[in-house]
Amino acid sequence: MTLKASDLKVGDTYSEEVCRNLSRTQIVQYAGASGDYNPLHSDEIFTTQIAGYPSVFAHGMLTMGMTGRMLTNYVGDGRLTRYGVRFTSQVFPGATLTATATITAIHDEGGVKIADMDIVTTDEAGTKVLTGSAAARLD
Amino acid sequence: MAADKFPIQSGHIMMFARAVGDANAIYYDEDYATTTEPGAIIAPPTFVQSSAQFDPNYFLRPKIGEEWFGSAKGPTGITKRETSGGGGSGGGLHAEQHYVYHRTPKAGDVLTSTTKPGKSWEKEGKRGGKLSFSETVTEYRDQNGELVVTATGLGVRTERPATSADDTAK
Repeated sequence: MTLKASDLKVGDTYSEEVCRNLSRTQIVQYAGASGDYNPLHSDEIFTTQIAGYPSVFAHGMLTMGMTGRMLTNYVGDGRLTRYGVRFTSQVFPGATLTATATITAIHDEGGVKIADMDIVTTDEAGTKVLTGSAAARLD
Repeated sequence: MAADKFPIQSGHIMMFARAVGDANAIYYDEDYATTTEPGAIIAPPTFVQSSAQFDPNYFLRPKIGEEWFGSAKGPTGITKRETSGGGGSGGGLHAEQHYVYHRTPKAGDVLTSTTKPGKSWEKEGKRGGKLSFSETVTEYRDQNGELVVTATGLGVRTERPATSADDTAK
């Protein structure tokens, strides 16, 4: 499942809901898999009483990882050439996130067709939690 | 993250894909993976972040026999509280992350990562007080010395806990 340059145009978009009612357990899963055991993400007592946040919150990299699923479903496996994001708002348990890619350019790099994309992931209130861009090889 | 050996293992990829909610069979089913364009189980786009598991000194993992700053009997396991540094935010927050893929890592690769500092700067945030940003650039090379992924991370330390979208980089 890959994208063809001939089927794409600037302004095309693709969206996926990448999590619904994000659980603390999924955040713990991400801590275990990634190796980032910062208690800010799993330890409510530390996070509220010592760090001063209202609750534990997701690793930014979990949001980037979930958004990456939308991207690879869109462009195909092993097709990304770059992927970069800014974490614009924290994601707390209970979040429902939707990730969207928008084609901004289609060009040729040394005979390879490349699509450039803007990326945004928003929560259920419409707040942007991640913005960024990516590029992928096309057929 | 600096790791002398970061083996790309299929079981680790399966756990990572589950954690990010990705059910794509290319992350756990070798038979299926051989029928795909990459031809093997591959790493999801942000998987190299988990090289932290193979960095012996990674500071956000409890170390055997050492105090850990998360809660235990009390709200933190550190008996001597640090008084300097911003807001008890546990080593700062992650502001940006950028990857350049020179090729897609596959199960069976053994990567080596080296990390060097990038740019650093400060700015006044709206809620978090003074914000100190610093970049790190990590290069992941394969068993043949070829560059596989270049990762640039941007961290921020805040004077106070910052939960606002206003307090982001630049």
